Amino acid sequence: MKTKVALTGNEAVAQAMKQINPDVVAAYPITPQTEIVQIFSSFVANGEVDTEFIAVESEHSAMSAAVGASAAGTRAMTATSSQGLAYMFEVVYIAASLRLPIVFPVVNRALSGPINIHCDHSDAMGLRDSGVIQLFSENAQEAYDNMIQAVRIAEHPDVRLPVMVNMDGFITSHAMDVLEVIDDETVRNFVGTYVPEDYLLNAENPISMGNFDMYDFYFEHKRQQVEAMKAAKEVIKEIGKEFGRISGREYGLVESYKLDDADVAVVVLNSAAGTAKGVADELRAKGIKAGVLKPRVYRPFPHEEIREALKGIKAVAVMDRAETFSTCGGPMFADIRNALYDLKNDIKVVNYVYGLGGRDLRLEHVEQVFEELENIRKTGRVDETVKYLGLRE
Amino acid sequence: MATLKELSKVQERFVGGHRLCAGCGHGISVRMILNAVEDANVVVGCATGCLEVASTIYPYTAWNCSFIHNAFENAGATISGVEAAYRALKKRGRIDRDFKIIAFGGDGGTYDIGLQSLSGAMERGHNIVYVCLNNEAYMNTGIQRSSATPVGADTTTSPAGKVIPGKQQPRKDLTAIMAAHNIPYAAQTAIHSWQDVHKKAKKAVEVEGPAFINVLSPCPRGWRYNTEDIVEITRLAVETRFWPLFEVENGKWKLNYKPKKYVPVEEFLKPQGRFRHLFKPGNEHVIKAIQEEIDRRWLALLERCGETPELPPR
Repeated sequence: MKTKVALTGNEAVAQAMKQINPDVVAAYPITPQTEIVQIFSSFVANGEVDTEFIAVESEHSAMSAAVGASAAGTRAMTATSSQGLAYMFEVVYIAASLRLPIVFPVVNRALSGPINIHCDHSDAMGLRDSGVIQLFSENAQEAYDNMIQAVRIAEHPDVRLPVMVNMDGFITSHAMDVLEVIDDETVRNFVGTYVPEDYLLNAENPISMGNFDMYDFYFEHKRQQVEAMKAAKEVIKEIGKEFGRISGREYGLVESYKLDDADVAVVVLNSAAGTAKGVADELRAKGIKAGVLKPRVYRPFPHEEIREALKGIKAVAVMDRAETFSTCGGPMFADIRNALYDLKNDIKVVNYVYGLGGRDLRLEHVEQVFEELENIRKTGRVDETVKYLGLRE
Repeated sequence: MATLKELSKVQERFVGGHRLCAGCGHGISVRMILNAVEDANVVVGCATGCLEVASTIYPYTAWNCSFIHNAFENAGATISGVEAAYRALKKRGRIDRDFKIIAFGGDGGTYDIGLQSLSGAMERGHNIVYVCLNNEAYMNTGIQRSSATPVGADTTTSPAGKVIPGKQQPRKDLTAIMAAHNIPYAAQTAIHSWQDVHKKAKKAVEVEGPAFINVLSPCPRGWRYNTEDIVEITRLAVETRFWPLFEVENGKWKLNYKPKKYVPVEEFLKPQGRFRHLFKPGNEHVIKAIQEEIDRRWLALLERCGETPELPPR
C-alpha cells in the first residue's frame, strides 16, 4: 500500500528510519541534519520504535558507537552533516575496513571555513575515498527510497559496507515535498532482519575485530574492499529492481534524462538535477537537444553506465558542488573525464563549479551552461575548461 | 574473596603469544581484571596502544573472548555501542547469553585523547567497565609525555634538559574526574596487590551502570627499571603514597591502604631511569616539590575519605 504525503526531506528520512526500526541509532545534532535525529528521538520516546538510541557527545563518538553496535551484531545507524562528517572521518574509514553495514544519511552542507550552514557537497566528497558506498538523492522521495534500499545494499553478503545516503541541505532537507511512502509492513518485509555472520556478541564463536594489520595482510584487505565495491554495483541494480516491484520506482546506478538523442548534456548530483531537467525540457522546446545525466551512485563510480550514457554526446558539462583546489576543477569532473577517456570519441568535457556554501543555482545558470555547450559543439573549441557559475568575478 | 587457587581455575581470556615486553604491567593487569568476570561471556574493547598492537597482530589474537579495537580516542564510545547492541539484542530476543563489556585504554587514550569519549560513556550510564592501564606516558609511540605523566619525569617530549628538568606540570587526577561523573563505582588500584585489583574488578563488573578503574601499570621501557622489579616498583608507588589506593562507591570515598610509616618519594624515584636526573646536584628542589605535592594530595584524599588528615609516622 502506498500513500501520498507532504514531508520535508528530513521528515522523509526519519520516516524511513522509523519503518526500518534499526536496533541501534547513535547520533549528535548538527544543522541541517538535526531534525532527523530529533524526529527519530520522538519516535523512540513515544514507543513507535524500540531502537536503542544513544545520544552521544560528538559525531566522532556517533560513528564509533555505530561501529561498536554493528560489530556486536546489530543494524546500526547514525546521521550527520558537514563538520560532523569531517569529525567522523577516521572512523568512517574504519567502519568500511571492518566491513560493517552501517547506514547513515548525510545532509550535505559546506565545510568550514568560513563557517557556513548551507548546501554544497564538500562534506561527502571529503569521504569519497573512504570505502563507503555513496548514494545521492534528488528529492525527498529519493532520500526516502535510498534509505530503505541502503539497508539491503549494506548488508548484502557480497558487499558488507557502510552506505551514506546524501541529500542537499535545506534545499531537500527542509523543503516540503510531495512523496509516496510505502506501508510499514512492506518496508519491514523488504529490509528483513539483519543476520550477521560473525559478531562480538556470539558467545559460541568469539572474534577479534580491528586487529593490527601489517604489510603482510593490509594490502590484501584493501583489495577485498575493492572487490566488495565492484560487487556492490550489481547488488545496487538488483535491489533497485526489487524496490521497483514494491514501490513502482525502479533504481539503477545512474539516471539518464533525454540522453538518447542528445547533443549536449550536463552531469549533476542531487537536487540540481531537477533544475537541470527542467531547463533541458525548455531547451528541447526550442530545438536544442539537451539531456541530463544524474549519477545516483557516486561510490562505487559507475564508469560503464556513464560511458554508455554519454558515448553519443558531443559536449558534456560536469557540474560540481565542491572544489578540489587542484586548480583543475571539481571531484566529479575528474571521474567523468576518466570514464570517457577510453571511448576516444572526442567528447568535449568541461566543468562548472556551482553552489558552494549554498549559493543559489538558478535556471538561467543552467541555461548558460547549455548555451556554452552548444557553442562548443558548433565550434569544436573549448575556451575555458573550468568555470564558476553564479560567482562575482 | 576467592583464593588464588580458585582464581587459577578461571578461564584465561588473555593468553600467551602476545608481544608485550618483559616486565610490562599490561598483561598482568588484564589477566587480573578479567579474572574477576569468572565464567561470564566477555566483550573487550581496546583503544589503540601497546596492548592492542601487541595482542592482535593479524592473523593472530591473544584474546580468548570477543575483542574490538576501533581507534585511539574512541574506546568509550565503541563499547557504548556494543553495550547498546547487547541491550537491543536482549530486548528483541535475538540473544539469550549474558555478557560483560569491558574496555581497556592506556593513559594517552584515556586521560588525553579519549577523555571526551569516556566522559560521554560514563555520563550516559552504560553498563560497562572502563579500565585505564596507566603507565604514565605514550609508550607505544616511544615515551612521550601525557597528562598522566608525573612531575620531573624524563620523556621524549618533556626531556630532562640543561634548563628544564623533565615534565613541569603535575598530573591530572583522572580517577577523581571520573568519580565526579557520579558513576556508581570508580577506583584506583595497582598490580602489586592481586587482592586489591581483584576486589575492585569484581565490584566494577558486578555494579549496575558504568565503572572506572585506574590501574598503575608500569612500563620498563619508559620508566627504565629492571624488568624483574615491576612488582617492587609498583609497591613503592603505593608505599610512598605516589599512587594511593582508594575507591569511590556511589559517591562515598574510601581509602583502601594506609602505609604504616612515612616512606620518602625518593625510594620510588631512585630505581627508575626516568627520574635519574633529579638526583643530580641542583635538582633537589624538584624532588622536594614532588614530595610536597604528594603530601598535600594525600591529606586532601584522607579528608575526602572521612579520615583524620595526617601523614604516616616517620
